[in-house]
Amino acid sequence: MKRPNVALSDEEIELTRKRLGREPNATEWAMIDVMWSEHCAYKSSRKYLKLFPTEGENVLLGVGDDCGIARFDDKYGIAIGMESHNHPSAIEPVAGAATGIGGIVRDIISKGAMPIACLDPLRLGDIKSHERSKYLFENIVKGIADYGNCIGVPTVGGEAEFDNSFNKNPLVNVVCVGLVERDKIVRGIAPNAGDTMMLIGSKTGRDGIHGVTFASEELSSGSEEESRPAVQIEDPFSEKLLIDSFMEIFKTDAYAGCKDLGGGGFSCATSEIVHKGGMGARIELEKIPLREDGMEPWEILLSETQERMMLIVKKGREDEVERILGKWDVLYSRVGVVTDDGRYVITQNGKAIVDLPTHMLTDGPLFDREFEAMDRPKVKKPDVSDAKSYFMKLLKEPNIASKKWIYEQYDNEVQTRTAVKPGQDAAVLRITNKEGIALGVGCNSAHCALDPAEGAKEALVEAVRNLAAVGARPLAAVDCLNFGNPEKPKAFWQFKVAVEALAGGLKSFNIPVVSGNVSFYNESDGEPIDPSPIVAVLGKLELDKIMTMGFKDEDDEIVLVGETKAELGDAPRVDFETEKATNGLILKLIGEKRVNSAHDLSKGGLAVGLALMAFKGGKGFEVDISKMGENIDDSEKMFSESNGRFVVATKDAKSILLAAEKAGVKAQEIGRAGGDKLSYGAFSVSLKEAKKGWETGLEELLT
Amino acid sequence: MIGVLQFPGSNCDLDVMRALVDVVKTDAKLIFFKDQDLSGLDGLVIPGGFSYGDHLRAGAIAAKMPVMEEVKAMAKEGKPVLGICNGFQILCDSGLLPGALAKNTSMKFICKWVELGVANDTSAFTNLYAKGETIRMSIAHGEGRYFCDDASLRELQDNDRIAFRYGGSNPNGSLDDIAGVVNREGNVLGLMPHPERASEEILGGEDGRKMFEAMIDYIKSR
Repeated sequence: MKRPNVALSDEEIELTRKRLGREPNATEWAMIDVMWSEHCAYKSSRKYLKLFPTEGENVLLGVGDDCGIARFDDKYGIAIGMESHNHPSAIEPVAGAATGIGGIVRDIISKGAMPIACLDPLRLGDIKSHERSKYLFENIVKGIADYGNCIGVPTVGGEAEFDNSFNKNPLVNVVCVGLVERDKIVRGIAPNAGDTMMLIGSKTGRDGIHGVTFASEELSSGSEEESRPAVQIEDPFSEKLLIDSFMEIFKTDAYAGCKDLGGGGFSCATSEIVHKGGMGARIELEKIPLREDGMEPWEILLSETQERMMLIVKKGREDEVERILGKWDVLYSRVGVVTDDGRYVITQNGKAIVDLPTHMLTDGPLFDREFEAMDRPKVKKPDVSDAKSYFMKLLKEPNIASKKWIYEQYDNEVQTRTAVKPGQDAAVLRITNKEGIALGVGCNSAHCALDPAEGAKEALVEAVRNLAAVGARPLAAVDCLNFGNPEKPKAFWQFKVAVEALAGGLKSFNIPVVSGNVSFYNESDGEPIDPSPIVAVLGKLELDKIMTMGFKDEDDEIVLVGETKAELGDAPRVDFETEKATNGLILKLIGEKRVNSAHDLSKGGLAVGLALMAFKGGKGFEVDISKMGENIDDSEKMFSESNGRFVVATKDAKSILLAAEKAGVKAQEIGRAGGDKLSYGAFSVSLKEAKKGWETGLEELLT
Repeated sequence: MIGVLQFPGSNCDLDVMRALVDVVKTDAKLIFFKDQDLSGLDGLVIPGGFSYGDHLRAGAIAAKMPVMEEVKAMAKEGKPVLGICNGFQILCDSGLLPGALAKNTSMKFICKWVELGVANDTSAFTNLYAKGETIRMSIAHGEGRYFCDDASLRELQDNDRIAFRYGGSNPNGSLDDIAGVVNREGNVLGLMPHPERASEEILGGEDGRKMFEAMIDYIKSR
C-alpha cells in the first residue's frame, strides 16, 4: 500500500489501518497525523507523567483538561496552566512568543476563569557573542510585551537564563493564571447530544498549518525558510475581545462546555471536546468562516489560526450567546451539532469527507522509548582567586544581572492585583482583600545539564523556596518539561530521570501537579539544549504578612539560614527533608513578624543574595565571610549555590537562632545591614557601583 | 454617578471602577461605547488600555466613535472628564485636549513607577495637591511622548494648563516633561500615569487617590 504523506512512523500507519479497518482518506490521514503528534498525544512522555501526584484536597480540576484549577478558598479557584512555544519563537520570535501567550490565555478562559497574570520563563542563547541570540531575545520580549500588554493581563514574573546551548533553539514558556468562582468552572466537554457547536473568533486562514508536527521534530538549518508557514500570526485585540465576551457569556448558563483552538486547530479542539463528553459530532465544513479562498479541507481543519474558541451552546440558547458576541463584534458560526453516536463526521456540501470514531483521533499510541544513561560531565570550577573582581563581573553576567530591561517592557500592574512586582523572589497578587497568591518559578538549566535528576529536584525546591521567601505556602504546581529528541536514548534518559526525580519531590512536598506541558525535539542541527524542566508553583498567603527581600532598617541583624556546602560550579544536591524544615522555619518567622527581610539563595550564592537584598533596600551591609561556621573555602562560602538556604534580616537574631535550633535547621548570624558598602570581610565594594553594574549588565549587551 | 467608558480593548476599566467604588467609595458604572446616552452622568473617566488594539495609532479609532460627541457635550457643560493613558490619547485625538502622544523615544513599552511634579493645583482633578509637590504613580505605555506645536505649548505654559511633569529622568521623551494637561476650564484632564494603580498602599502607593477625591468634590460643588 502507498505510504500516506504523514509524519507518522510505519508502525503508527499500520496501527491506524488496523484500528480503523480501512484506508483513511487524505483528509483523515492529515487529521490523524496531527492528533497523534508528540505535541498532541504525549506518546513518549505519558508513561512517565503518570508518576506525578495529581490529586489532593487543593485540586478542583486536575490534569487532562486544558489547564488545572487549584482551590483558593470556599469561593474561588485558581486556574493555572503552562505552555511552551519554543520552535515558533526560534523562527519568528515576535509572532512565536506572542501566540504562545495567546494559547495559554485561551486555555484559562475556556475554564470560565478570568486570566489575571502571566509569567514567562525564557531560555536564550549567548547574547554576548551570538548576534542571532540577541535578535531572538529582543524580539521574544517584544512579542510577549506587545501581546500581553494589549490583552490587559499583567506579566508579573518569569525568569531568563542565557547559554549557548539555546542559540538556535530558545525556550519560550508561559504560565497563565486565572480566577474563577468555584461554582462557575467550565469544562472542556460536550455532554449532551443536540447541543450546538459554535466556532467563535477569528476567521480561519492558512497560518500555523502543521504547527504541532513542526513542534514534534528537530529544528534544522532549513527550518527558518521551510517552517515559517507553520508559525501562527497574533492578533491580541481579537484575544481581548474573546476575554471580555466570554466572561460575559459565562455569566449566563447557556453553554455546556468550552475549549480553545490551539495545537491541532479545529480538528483537535472539536474531536477532544465531544470525545470527553462520550459523544460524537456532525460538522459542516462550509460553516467555518474562512479568511481566504481555495483552502483545502485539511488546511481548514488543521489551521492553527489564533484567537478562536469552540463553545458548546445548549440547544435553543444560541441567540443569548450570539447577542453577547454581537455586542462585542466578535465573529461566530454554528458549525455543527453534538451527536450521541461517538462518530466524528465532517461534511462538505452534504457529503461526508471525514467519518471516524472519535477515539481514533484522541487515543494516540503510547511509546516505550529507549534510554541510555549519560556520564556526568566534569565540573568546571570558576577561577575565584580574585574574589572581588569575580564578584563584580558576576553581577553583570546576564544570568545574574537585573532583568529590569525585560520586565519594564511588560505591563505588570494592570488589573490592580500586583502586590509584589517583578524583581523579587516571587510575584504576589491580591485575590481578596485579605488573601493573595504567590507564584514562584524554578529551574537552573546549567545544573540540569550536569545532573538532570538533581537539577529537576532543584527546580521544584527553588520555586517552593521563592514562595516561602515572600511568606506563601504551596497549593499546586505546573511544569513545562523542555528536552531534546526523545527518539535519542541519551536525551530520553535525561527526561526520564528528571521526571522521576521531580515526581519524588512533589510527593515529598505533597504538592499536586494540576497541569503541564512537554516540549521535546529542542535541538538544532543535532545539538540538544540543556535539559530544562521548568516548574512553577502556586502558593497562598495573607496580604498583611507579605515579605520582600530588601533590607529595611539600618542595623538589622543578618542571619544565614541553612548549610553552605562545597558545591561551587556543580549541580548542588537537594535534600527534601532539609528544604521542608527550612521553609517551615522561614514561614513561621514571617508569620510571627519576626523578620524584616527574607530572601532565598540561588544563583551566585550568598555573595549575590546579600547584594540583591542591599540593592532592593538601598542599604549596604557588613558581614565577615571568614567567620562563617562551615569548614570550607571562603570562595565556597561566598559563591556556592547550595540549596536550602535563606538570608533574613531581623531585630533579634538571637531568638531566630533559637527558633532554628528548635526546628533542627542550621543558622548563624553573619553581620548587620546598613551603610553604603557591601562588605564581605575579605573585600568591600561601594553599593552604588555594584548596583550600577548589576542594573546595566543586561542592557549594555543589547545597545 | 461617574461613568467609566468602555471601548473594545479598554483594559483598565475595572481597575478604575475598583478605585472609584471600593477605594474612594463613590457611585460609578461601566458605560459601553455603544450606549450613547451619557446625560445622566455627573462625570466620566476614559480608562487606559488598547482601544481597537491601538490600530492606526493609539486612541485614533475610539476618538472617532459617535459616543465622543456626547463626551464633548459633557465637557462643554463643565462636567469633569478624566482620560488616563489610552484615555488621554483619545482626548487628544478627539480635540478635547491639545497635542498628541507619540511613541516613547526608547521605542519600547515602559512600565514603572515615576515621580511627578504637581504643576497645576486648581483644576477639578488636581486641587487637592499642592503646586510643587512631588507624587508617585506608575506609568505603562508605549505611546506616551507628549508633543504639540510651539503655540500650543506656550498656551499650556502661560495658562497653567500643564497638570503634571515627570520628575527625575523623563521616561518617554515628552515635550517639557509633560505627563498630563488640562483644558482651559480645568474640567478635562488627560494624563499618562495611572492614578487608579496608585490608590492603595498594597499596590505601591496612594498618591493617585486624591485625583478621584478631587473629582468627587468637584461634582458635589457644582
